[in-house]
Amino acid sequence: MFVAATTAILVTMALALIRALLGPTVYDRVLAVNMFGTKTVLLIAVFGFLTGRPDFLDIALAYALINFIAIIAVLKFFEYGDLGQSRPSRARRDRT
Amino acid sequence: MTMAAIDALSWVCLVTGGFFGIVGGIGLLRFPDLFSRFHAAGVTDTLGAGLVLIGLMLQAGWSLITIKLVLILAFGLFTSPTATHALAKAALRGKVKPLLRRKGT
Repeated sequence: MFVAATTAILVTMALALIRALLGPTVYDRVLAVNMFGTKTVLLIAVFGFLTGRPDFLDIALAYALINFIAIIAVLKFFEYGDLGQSRPSRARRDRT
Repeated sequence: MTMAAIDALSWVCLVTGGFFGIVGGIGLLRFPDLFSRFHAAGVTDTLGAGLVLIGLMLQAGWSLITIKLVLILAFGLFTSPTATHALAKAALRGKVKPLLRRKGT
């Protein structure tokens, strides 16, 4: 039955990957990649149980954290076109 | 007896979680615009991930593994709405309009 859950998660990841390749806007792709990442966390957890060694859960936890940070960073980049300076006008005022 | 019941319950949770995952994936492919695709992604993040992780918790019993699974579930339930909110805000600022009527009418 772990095999059934693993197969279902793999099918979901394939569907998300198709949407990431098709996606008309960049936000569709980011949404699909975010879903792909959360399904990867689930896949790592279920795969640990499938092989009888549930030690991969630490990796799954770290992957969840990294996935969230990566999505927020990519969105900030697309929203402001920059990662460091969200308010360029204020920075210019401080400098003078 | 109780062990068999917990085992059966965990299988039901795992299979139902996988089903909701596939349903969310199909929705992500077939919904017409970005803001309805958020809905499909939300189904996999809450019901799909929640049921699969609850099924794994029932398999693991009371141990450190269950605590880690609870942490993964709690973190997912916090981050998924945050990421979706940021994505919707960025999409609105990026001039993506919601689809307000069916295509062709």
